[in-house]
Parts: sequence; structure tokens; C-alpha cells
Amino acid sequence: MTLEDYLYYIILPILMLAIILIFYRFLKGPSIADKIIALDLLITTGIGVISIYTIVTTKSTLLDVAMILALIAFLSTVALSYYLEKRNRK
Amino acid sequence: MTSTIVAILATLGALFVLLAAVGIVRMPDTYLRISVTTKAATLGVGLLLLAVAIYFQELSTTTRAMIILVFLFMTAPVSAHLIGRASYFIGIRLWKNSVMDDLEGKYQRNSHVLKSETDDTPEDNVRHRDNEDDFL
Repeated sequence: MTLEDYLYYIILPILMLAIILIFYRFLKGPSIADKIIALDLLITTGIGVISIYTIVTTKSTLLDVAMILALIAFLSTVALSYYLEKRNRK
Repeated sequence: MTSTIVAILATLGALFVLLAAVGIVRMPDTYLRISVTTKAATLGVGLLLLAVAIYFQELSTTTRAMIILVFLFMTAPVSAHLIGRASYFIGIRLWKNSVMDDLEGKYQRNSHVLKSETDDTPEDNVRHRDNEDDFL
């Protein structure tokens, strides 16, 4: 079994299972803060999936997408928490 | 040799990400879920990016992976603190078996100022506990 087969058939299904579990919390989450945390964790796991795909396909250009996703995850979490904090302020 | 190291790092990273996913489903409280997100998932994705940086042994790709890694390690505590602070203000309760709340009565409800003493204007403080004894 080569490294690419190992990553493709074992590591990627583990990450897919993690994404399914996080998406369950994203749909269920009792408060809106739980949904924001789950969204942040979904994007962070997406960065991990992109990095594994970078090794499997040996296209290092895909890492640029991961960089933009990291930026978007941070900015969206900051913006949503700022909105939550200022929403009920008198 | 390189592929062995990459396989070990990718396995550890994927297991940490899976652990974070199990934690965010199973934890009983918003604040504990924030804790899981900011520690285990950041470590897992950091290990996966380190595997990429070791697999491609060339300067441009390794630099890009390291930049993403440093950016994640810098921004994860900031976003966790912001979402935790916001969820404390909008009134999300702690878990009913939590034993202490260090911030109880120290955040001002209207001005959002953190004070170290609890006794100057107690009617404006953010309190999540109804009685003296029980968490709800």
C-alpha cells in the first residue's frame, strides 16, 4: 500500500466521519453560539481535507485555497460574535 | 523514510480531528465545546499541515503550509475568546454540574466592562445563577 492509497482510503474517510459529526452539531446546536462554533470547526476540518488532497494529487496550488479558508473562518467568527454581543445592547 | 513520517503525522492529525468532532457532539455545554474546538482541532489540522510541509520538500510549498499553520495558531485563541465572551453576555448557562464560575457578577450588563470587584453596582452585573446554591 503506497502512501497515496493509505491517505485516500483511510485518512480521508476518518475526516469525512468527523465532518458528519460536526455537521450534526451544526444542525442540532441548542444555541446560536453552538452553530457558530460548529461552522468554525467545519471550515478548520476543511483545511485538513484540502491538505490531504494536496498530498494525494501532488498539486501544491491547492494550499492557497486553504489559506483563504483560514482567513474566512477567523473573520466570520469575529463578525458573528461581534454581532451577537452588540445585538441586545441598549 | 519520508513517507513513513508523513503517514504517522497524518494519522495523528486525523485522529485529533476526529476526537474534536466526537467532543463537539458529546460535550454538555457551549463553553466546553469552545474548549474542544480551540485545542484538539487546531492541533489536528496543525499536524496535517506539518505532514504536507514534510511531504513536499521544496521552499514555496513548505512556506505556504507553515504560514497557514502560524495563522491558525494565532487566530484560534482570539476567536475562541470572542465567541466565549459573546455567549456569556447573551445568557447561555453553564452546565448544571459546573462547580465554579469565575466571571460571576463581574461583567457589567450594559457597559460590558469587566470589573474585579463585585459589590459596586450589583444590579447591573451579569449573573447566571438564580439562587446562591444552585446552577440552573
